[in-house]
Amino acid sequence: MATNALALGRETIDAVTLLPVPATGSTAPAEVDQPTSDTHVAPDLPWIVIVWNDPINLMSYVVFVFQKLFGYSKEKATTLMLDVHHKGRAVVSSGSREKAELDVFRLHEHGLWATLQQDT
Amino acid sequence: MSLFRRSRIRHTRRGTYRVELPDGERDLLRRLLPQLRPLLAGDDPGDGRTRRLRQAAYTDDDEADADYQRLMREDLEASRLAALDAVEATIDATELDEQQLMAWMGSVNNLRLVLGTMLDVSEELEIGELPDDAPDLEAYALYTYLSGLLGEIVDGLDHG
Repeated sequence: MATNALALGRETIDAVTLLPVPATGSTAPAEVDQPTSDTHVAPDLPWIVIVWNDPINLMSYVVFVFQKLFGYSKEKATTLMLDVHHKGRAVVSSGSREKAELDVFRLHEHGLWATLQQDT
Repeated sequence: MSLFRRSRIRHTRRGTYRVELPDGERDLLRRLLPQLRPLLAGDDPGDGRTRRLRQAAYTDDDEADADYQRLMREDLEASRLAALDAVEATIDATELDEQQLMAWMGSVNNLRLVLGTMLDVSEELEIGELPDDAPDLEAYALYTYLSGLLGEIVDGLDHG
């Protein structure tokens, strides 16, 4: 992951919007789950979403995207970003297959390298 | 950014974002964005520059990935093109709402994804260490500029 000297200064992000689709004229956020961190990664759920390290996406950008898409705190988003950066990958969400596919779609929409797989 | 320099992209009390970019930077984006359009539209799926714009969702199941791509590809392209439209419509604006600034963020990053793929950048990229006669020097400079701009956008959106 690429480094960026710009520091982020906000603990939480309240709004959740994807890249806008102005053609619809709608400003409503996408209706997606906004799980909190602890309930989100439950061990008994079968599908996991993995974000992989890549040399292009900025660290500050990745942290922001994790907060924005998943409603994670700055702290949790930063921890996940650092896991991606140092370990090469991190599980960023889990749930039903449909939810995992949607999460992957939203991550792809923001240019992150994400895949889903069944958590064996 | 420096503590001693006012941010060029910053949240306002009205809940909007002030964007203070010189005309030259706006002109640069104005020239770049139309070049991004056919790449986002997927006109040529075999174009290696778009590798990072068309990623696999499943790495261990080709059939599942083909299904996923069939269902999602169109939405993905439409979303990115809509963001591009939003940026082009506001390229001269000095005040953006959050949705518009998010579109700027996505489009600038899409430009970086294409350029970075073309340049095959590494995490250790330091443009200052490239020789003056390096091929692609201008592209590296552009990539570096866009990285800085993206950082400013993220910083602005992430107001405390």
